[in-house]
Amino acid sequence: MRHGRYRFLAGAMIPPLLLYAVFVVSPYAQAFYLAFTDFNGVSSDVNIVGLDNFTRLWSDPLFLSALRHNGLMLVVVPLVTIALALFFATSTRGSRLLRAYRVLYFFPQLLSVAIIAVLWQFVYTPNSGLLNGFLDRIGLSTLERSWLAEPRFALWCVMAALIWSAVGFYVVLFAAAIESIPADITEAALIDGAGAFTLFWRITLPLVWDSVQVAFVYLGIIALDGFALVQIMTVGPGGPDNSTEVMGLSLYRNAFTYGKYGYASAMGVALFFLTLTLTVLMLRVTRRERVEMA
Amino acid sequence: MHRHPTRRTLLVGAVAATALSACATGGADDDDDKGTKADATADNPFGAPADAGLEVVVFKGGYGDQYAIEAGTLYEQRFPKATVDHKGIQRVGEVLQPRFISDDPPDVVDNSGAGRLDLVTLVSSGKLTDLTELLDAPSVDDPSKKVRDTLMPGVVEDGTFDGKVLVLNYSSVLWGIWYSKSLFAKNGWTYPTTWAEMLTLCGEIKKSGIAPWTWQGKFPEYMNDPLVSLAAKAGGHELVKSVDNLEPGIWKSPSMLAAADAIYQLAAQGYILPGSEALSHTEAQNAWSKGQAAFIPCGSWLEGEQQQVTPAGFDMVLGTVPSLTGADKLPSGAVMAASSESFLVPAKAGNARGGLEYLRILFSQKVARGFAQNSKALPVVAGATDGLTLSSGLASTAETAKAAGPNMFGYRFRTWYPPLSKALDDATGELLTKRTTPDKWAARVQKAADAVAADSSVAKHKR
Repeated sequence: MRHGRYRFLAGAMIPPLLLYAVFVVSPYAQAFYLAFTDFNGVSSDVNIVGLDNFTRLWSDPLFLSALRHNGLMLVVVPLVTIALALFFATSTRGSRLLRAYRVLYFFPQLLSVAIIAVLWQFVYTPNSGLLNGFLDRIGLSTLERSWLAEPRFALWCVMAALIWSAVGFYVVLFAAAIESIPADITEAALIDGAGAFTLFWRITLPLVWDSVQVAFVYLGIIALDGFALVQIMTVGPGGPDNSTEVMGLSLYRNAFTYGKYGYASAMGVALFFLTLTLTVLMLRVTRRERVEMA
Repeated sequence: MHRHPTRRTLLVGAVAATALSACATGGADDDDDKGTKADATADNPFGAPADAGLEVVVFKGGYGDQYAIEAGTLYEQRFPKATVDHKGIQRVGEVLQPRFISDDPPDVVDNSGAGRLDLVTLVSSGKLTDLTELLDAPSVDDPSKKVRDTLMPGVVEDGTFDGKVLVLNYSSVLWGIWYSKSLFAKNGWTYPTTWAEMLTLCGEIKKSGIAPWTWQGKFPEYMNDPLVSLAAKAGGHELVKSVDNLEPGIWKSPSMLAAADAIYQLAAQGYILPGSEALSHTEAQNAWSKGQAAFIPCGSWLEGEQQQVTPAGFDMVLGTVPSLTGADKLPSGAVMAASSESFLVPAKAGNARGGLEYLRILFSQKVARGFAQNSKALPVVAGATDGLTLSSGLASTAETAKAAGPNMFGYRFRTWYPPLSKALDDATGELLTKRTTPDKWAARVQKAADAVAADSSVAKHKR
């Protein structure tokens, strides 16, 4: 009986694990090897170059500026997204109509990244774009500009699109967490005279902290990427004048335009460790006493 | 979060190819079936085997692949026992990369379009067959003429890497400045022959309420074409060679600086449609087709690309980039030209002899004329468009090519040193938004060129 059960489990587990090993784990492992070579993408004649690719990384101005931009995104994107998502989740608590409204926030989640990028490019386009048209309509035509073509604004425009596309998912996530807070706790706080702000700060936020913590990690990973939006939306892409360069784009360009797969793999490996470190840090820093809800 | 898999899929994608290559590096499968060879005859100069199949992979992009299918049909008529396996696809590089690594490539490849394989990498890895034999073979139409002598000037050079011809391009592309003949006739404007005249005319056009220029600002390379064309006209073929050979200080030379300043004047004097710097190529070209701007820089593919949106009677014409000064080294008809649709025979092709024969048929008058008619582009086979009724843009392209004669020039640094083209594109984007000056433009491009010259990991080429 027990024996048959293990056989069944093995039968169910081994094929997917095998697929995972072949299509996910082995390419990852090979990237680590390739990062130490001069692989050019077409030749099987591959030479080991030691740490050369990694030392190059630290003197590559484009990669360093990409690192800075991802760093900025890492600060801005999770904070703003989580703040907005918490706000929308708490403010749509009341009536059934308001709750139905949450569905709207979720809509961007249904679109592919490429479509989001193209849509937002249309929003920002200077002569017929939604944003400039809107500014014109409300009498602020002096604020109109070529949004994606100005180094000062381009990265912020990309981040706005990124936040817009991510926020809906976290509204739903936080809303579910908030729903699970027992009503008697909130009622008790209200009876004790807590205002909406105190209620949120002292009761709601601590009780959904687990979800917020997870959101920080996910959004951190998204902020370290940004490749698809930058590639499709921005001037150059990665411009103007490299003002929206991100690590994913540097990696892509080195591999597929310059044929430097070894160097690109080194970037990938660096990115891997960066993401890993970040995840551990995020989980550590945001760790709090867990509240048990009986 | 399954919606943002880009970074990870990229890594996987970049490396998945190698997973397949493992067998190539491990077990050397040296089945050199290049040996399958029939006797060479006048009709079959390479001795292509009569009964071996031929696999042809062609990029099916803006030009379609009808011409390549036709060449395949003609090949099958020549060798009734052979079948041509034709594949018209996109993202040729991504599809073929694993096959090149494992040395099991098709017999003929048109390595073009987005996602093609980096040609320089293919060359430096020795993955391509030397095509000299093809060039010296008798042409299909006139056996007394070699294939080499039926091609337009520059085509063989375009495919030459360190003395070896490894690629033959099929479509000839000319770069210039486009305008609408009917719009110019209506306003009594004439296309300028010098840059000074260009600026004067721009002033006049601006007064009429139309923006003189627009450009595909999202991809700044479009404006580099007139810029480096102006420089080449002033500095002659020597300047072009010096640029490609990464000679120190060439980007700060007087001709190059004057060319940068000429282009900068368009922005400085307000002759560019506002917002152009953020327009994609489609947006800018559509603005131009709608008559919002008079000039747009582009290669000769523009007419095909704009077919759907150009109003009837627009009559677009490719104008030669005007002379920069009165003392230019090249005549005013000189034009920047290059060829595209890179056909090649992989070194490890199973039927390389057949591949060469296929290319000999492809570069015949019959196939080339079909290409001109179906694809609305100029084939590199000389005289292929003679006697055909051409659309206005293609006719002007053919005329420009004829008028230029041997005075065609082309830069190679874009294919040789992609990091340098990127630096140039970035700098030119800044120049046209007036965020940098011609002097600073020259300084930063020169710095990038010096960096490429000093980078030991970049294979250098000379011409």
